[in-house]
Amino acid sequence: MDFNFTEEQGMVRDGLSRLVREQYDWETRRKAIASGAGWRPEVWAQLAELGILGMPFSEADGGFGGGAVDAMVIMEEFGKGLVIEPFVPTVVCAGGFLKHAGTDAQKEEHIGGIVSGERVFAFAYAEPRGRFDYADLETTAKKDGAGYVLNGHKAVVIGAPWASHLVVTARTGGERRDRSGVSVFVVAKDTAGITTRDYVTVDGRRASEVYFENVAVGAEALIGAEGEGLALIELVTDEAIAALCAEACGAMKVAHAMTVEYSRQRKQFGVPIGSFQVLQHRMVDMYTAYEQAVSLTYLATLRLGSDEVERKKAVSAAKVGVGQAARLIGQEAVQIHGGNGVTDEYAIGHFFKRLTIFDSEFGNVDHHLKRHVALS
Amino acid sequence: MNLEFTPEEQAFRDEVRSFIAENYPAHLADFGMREDMSREDFLAWHKILGKKGWSVPAWPTEYGGTGWTPTQRYIWSEENARASTVMPLPFGVSMVGPVIYTFGNAEQKARHLPGIVSGEVWWCQGYSEPGAGSDLASLKTTAVRDGDHYVINGQKTWTTLAQHADWGFFLCRTDPTAKAQEGISFILVDMKSPGVEVKPIKLLDGGYEVNETWLTDVRVPVENLVGVENKGWTYAKFLLAHERSGIAGVARSKRGIEKLREIAANESLDGAPLIKDFDFARKVSQLEIDLAALEITELRTLAGEQAGKGPGPESSILKIKGTEIQQRLTELTLEAVGTYSAPYHGGVSNDNSNEHPVGPDYAQHAAATYFNMRKTSIYGGSNEIQRNIITKMILGL
Ligand SMILES: Cc1cc2nc3c(=O)[nH]c(=O)nc-3n(C[C@H](O)[C@H](O)[C@H](O)COP(=O)(O)OP(=O)(O)OC[C@H]3O[C@@H](n4cnc5c(N)ncnc54)[C@H](O)[C@@H]3O)c2cc1C
Ligand SMILES: Cc1cc2nc3c(=O)[nH]c(=O)nc-3n(C[C@H](O)[C@H](O)[C@H](O)COP(=O)(O)OP(=O)(O)OC[C@H]3O[C@@H](n4cnc5c(N)ncnc54)[C@H](O)[C@@H]3O)c2cc1C
Repeated sequence: MDFNFTEEQGMVRDGLSRLVREQYDWETRRKAIASGAGWRPEVWAQLAELGILGMPFSEADGGFGGGAVDAMVIMEEFGKGLVIEPFVPTVVCAGGFLKHAGTDAQKEEHIGGIVSGERVFAFAYAEPRGRFDYADLETTAKKDGAGYVLNGHKAVVIGAPWASHLVVTARTGGERRDRSGVSVFVVAKDTAGITTRDYVTVDGRRASEVYFENVAVGAEALIGAEGEGLALIELVTDEAIAALCAEACGAMKVAHAMTVEYSRQRKQFGVPIGSFQVLQHRMVDMYTAYEQAVSLTYLATLRLGSDEVERKKAVSAAKVGVGQAARLIGQEAVQIHGGNGVTDEYAIGHFFKRLTIFDSEFGNVDHHLKRHVALS
Repeated sequence: MNLEFTPEEQAFRDEVRSFIAENYPAHLADFGMREDMSREDFLAWHKILGKKGWSVPAWPTEYGGTGWTPTQRYIWSEENARASTVMPLPFGVSMVGPVIYTFGNAEQKARHLPGIVSGEVWWCQGYSEPGAGSDLASLKTTAVRDGDHYVINGQKTWTTLAQHADWGFFLCRTDPTAKAQEGISFILVDMKSPGVEVKPIKLLDGGYEVNETWLTDVRVPVENLVGVENKGWTYAKFLLAHERSGIAGVARSKRGIEKLREIAANESLDGAPLIKDFDFARKVSQLEIDLAALEITELRTLAGEQAGKGPGPESSILKIKGTEIQQRLTELTLEAVGTYSAPYHGGVSNDNSNEHPVGPDYAQHAAATYFNMRKTSIYGGSNEIQRNIITKMILGL
């Protein structure tokens, strides 16, 4: 057993940690969110330069041959700074689809651009009525000669306003909610027939409603086997969940540390509020929840390569445990900050918001508890 | 023991219900977020009630009160919640009004009470300071006597809706040598006085409902002192008991649960309505059970009041449970809307049209409301402070 990070992982962590500390201070982040662009392409370029965007790809594909643990290390640092750049949609999701099921031509076409930072992806899977079921699809891809024609509406596609390309899930056959008949496509966002409605999310990112109206794509747009995309989607989203759990751990760590620090500084009744035992014990409970969440994140990350049932159980366990910890820590952190906790000015509220939205990404606590039950 | 309302109370309920149905302004039906509301929107219903004589139900009749029993008042608030009305703000009606008619002089009553009854005058509460929150008695704002005036200097914060206020009631230190709770005075300040500056504070949900209030050499005539100089703490405590009794919000939470059920009937999970999902449904039922307990607890408190027992430290139970239920309700509502909890509806957007917001209507404010409602366990004496009160006053520890 070994819970240590390799020397290289240590270096990645130190490098990123410095970048987040030096270039991602609170004011800069706030300005980026309020800017027209809504993110920091220069940070993205730096991430490319540091090799972060090429992390999961094999050296043969132009990447650095990293694995799930590397993604965890990266995401934890992103979480500490509430980094908004679309690493998960681009590198973990789109990258994951290409890595696991892309043809040589698809890899050739896209991976270089991801590694260099020139291509940004969004993952369009959710639909207005689908909730957390990846197979509950109203978007269709009808066979048309050698290619397909896409029609449908994707909801809250994170990072889409910044994206040059989209990975889209659509039904090529079967009935709504069938496990077969689901396919995955990769398309350029400027393909004729794609329109978007862009907006800000409550946790400071950008997203779009994406509409497909008779969008014609060639056969080369299909990733993996036609109609058999669901298992692939589950694998990639499990990897995304593990990454998001690591991000949440980073955010929880900072939120907890900020709260402890605040309780040392803030005086009421002539003493630091941290001297009240009722607050002490709650900060202990937050800390315990955080440590448990880190353990579940390790478990999920280390089981990503296991057989399907083991993997899914570990990932669902993490999404449940981290989701519960995220809620507890977010709420308690705000409460212990008193009035300041509910202001836009204090960073703590923004950690709370990110930790809130985390729960609704790729299935919430209830959804994953159910999945765990079903697999047990 | 008997839970039924009397025939008279039933008749009263019918009267109230039809009055609301006939008179409540249509454009304020099912009001959404406070940040969207103008001063006129806030006051519209208050003014209608003022004319009817129902704007300050709990006040003594000589000042414009209704003479209703606590049960009638309860029915009144229930019917308003059912109709989701914009109720009169508490600052005039439940806070400074009772202080003025209880401790103020004849002139103050004549000058200030009618404007509260009619809804013409907007009040705000200037208690908290950056360094004085839970420990209110450590407040530093000073009022120094200079001839016929007090000269006030200091900084207040969290002043709710002060941006619209005509008058504020402030706690100021008039005797710096006295120990903490003494030497504080309760002073009424015309918010248009030179030296009063109100700066908005943006909250997490993107709205502006609180402010920093700066007072720099603000000259206030001595006749604006309420009661006796240096005895302000007594009035402040009297007022806080009033603030707490309205805070349980049972009727509004009931309406909120109905809405939650409607949302969950609309959302689908595994091809069926979310509300048919056992995991979700049990959470809604649990909330309903907690609310039922709170409702009866509140009615027991009311019955005690009707029998002449003033609201005691038990009101802290109402505050704690009431706010916990409100927070849980907004949490479940957020959960119910799922994916569409993420869009932000108050910020920058490249979408400058009047297009309908993304997602279903009921999802629009779910996240903002959840974020905003975290305040309820902090303000009005935080829930920790309420527990400290119960510890001391009820458990005797
Ligand atoms: C089944 C059993 C087997 C045991 N076996 C052994 C044994 O083999 N050998 C042996 O030496 N002892 C043994 N003990 C004794 C055990 O270690 C004591 O019960 C324990 O230390 C608690 O002490 P107490 O019962 O006096 O409770 P107290 O110390 O009186 O505590 C009462 C309550 O107050 C709380 N409390 C106390 N101090 C604080 C504080 N500073 N802050 C917050 N809360 C506080 C406690 O957590 C507890 O809830 C045993 C006890 C049990 C129940
Ligand atoms: C939205 C909003 C509206 C408000 N409106 C008004 C208004 O109109 N007018 C006005 O005057 N004020 C208003 N307030 C201020 C409100 O009354 C204070 O925020 C509240 O009293 C808490 O003070 P604080 O924010 O300074 O927190 P602090 O007192 O610093 O408390 C921080 C944390 O420590 C805890 N704590 C403090 N002391 C103890 C203790 N002894 N034991 C255990 N825990 C403790 C608190 O419970 C809290 O969790 C408003 C606040 C908010 C958030």
